[in-house]
Amino acid sequence: MPQVQTPALQVQINRPSASPTPDLPPQIDVRDLNFYYGQKRALENITLGIQPNVVTAFIGPSGCGKSTFLRTLNRMNDIIAGSRVEGRVMIDGANIYAPSTDVVALRRRVGMVFQKSNPFPKTIFDNVAYGLRINGLARGRAALHARVEESLKAAALWDEVKDRLHDSALALSGGQQQRLCIARALAIQPEILLMDEPASALDPIATQRIEELVYQLKAKYTIVIVTHNMQQAARVSDRTAFFWLGKLVEYAPTERIFTNPAEKLTEDYVTGRFG
Amino acid sequence: MPETTTRHFQADLEQLKTRLLEMGGLAEDRVRTAVDGLVRRDMDAVARVLDGDRPINQLHIEIDNRCFTLLALHQPMAVDLRAIVSAVKINTDLERVGDLAINIAEAVARYMRHAPVKELTDIPKMASIAQAMLRDALDAYVRRDTALAQRVLDADDGLDALKTQVFRELLEYMLKDQSTIEPALDLILVSRHLERIGDHATNIAEDVIFMVLAKDVRHHVTEQ
Repeated sequence: MPQVQTPALQVQINRPSASPTPDLPPQIDVRDLNFYYGQKRALENITLGIQPNVVTAFIGPSGCGKSTFLRTLNRMNDIIAGSRVEGRVMIDGANIYAPSTDVVALRRRVGMVFQKSNPFPKTIFDNVAYGLRINGLARGRAALHARVEESLKAAALWDEVKDRLHDSALALSGGQQQRLCIARALAIQPEILLMDEPASALDPIATQRIEELVYQLKAKYTIVIVTHNMQQAARVSDRTAFFWLGKLVEYAPTERIFTNPAEKLTEDYVTGRFG
Repeated sequence: MPETTTRHFQADLEQLKTRLLEMGGLAEDRVRTAVDGLVRRDMDAVARVLDGDRPINQLHIEIDNRCFTLLALHQPMAVDLRAIVSAVKINTDLERVGDLAINIAEAVARYMRHAPVKELTDIPKMASIAQAMLRDALDAYVRRDTALAQRVLDADDGLDALKTQVFRELLEYMLKDQSTIEPALDLILVSRHLERIGDHATNIAEDVIFMVLAKDVRHHVTEQ
């Protein structure tokens, strides 16, 4: 377990600001979460609530645990050998780490978009239709087409691909591929969308489109986004959590984190004094 | 973030502070010179103020440009963002102080065409308070000293009271002797400009409190 050497951090864990705000009950309610890679504790006593239909950003330097934490929210870490979770992650009141949890159903509810776009080597249409077909979510050709179109529209990609739905997805640009992956995630109608650095490999215009999309999608989905780009967190999120050495240092409305953070460590990070 | 980027940004912020202090020094000097011109009936001093607002105007533009560049290139956050936003506002206040020094010099130039209305006591007192407020506000900015900034805010009432006193006293002179109306009105204007300089010092002190504590004390908003 890493030793904390900065005195400032010792008083900052599970502070009141790390609790959900009283105005909206959290859809995701994390309590005393610890995560271990073998003997190494990667997350320490994380407690925070994520509200529905808001964009929550996780920021922090590399290795701070923000992506690990994101992946605990749909149990994507389960596939890592030797990993272990303590504590609770409640989604809509149910602990997703309870033995009775159907992990496949969980990941349908909690979709994920990764840093590197990963379309299947199939057509644009088949990429979006894939999850619908294997989950039996669209009955009949017309219903399938309607869901694919709806998903591509929701991902702001429809106008660009509607005339070439049966071309290979791999022929799309990087930004289009990432939006296709978002469309693929939306097709199975999740409630929550986890995004791990979704625009880090994209040019500024493609990044702007993803950010605009995130802003629009929050009307329907709860979005959690991990980003290295602080300006991106500032632009797209409603609430921001700052992680450091596996600990949640501060969790507050984004405006507060970037204009007047409560913690010196947060201020040092957002003003580029370390990290 | 690479360390060199941070150092470069911090160096730019320091330069911004230095330029703002130069601007403050110039503004303060011009107020002092204009009031000296009045007290000593020194037309050369008045002429120097009337002729010399170019350096302040140039600095006004340069400081604004520095702020815009820092905002555009570094997208500062938190305390750095507040420092730059405050610098933009302080810059405007200092430029206005420079303009008010000219307004004082113009009134003094007109006043000196007449015989003195009276021996000046309260206006030099007002000038001394206004200059001290300006100096303290800038010191508070440099030292990030919110207690000193608060003292600047507290001093403003004294300046306002003196302005009212100057007005009442000069009104009596004007009522008694109509030939004093023109020069007395110019003295009233000088007192009004000095009071405005105190208001700009107050604005700067409020900006210092905002920059350091992220607390908005303008218009007593935090008390409402």
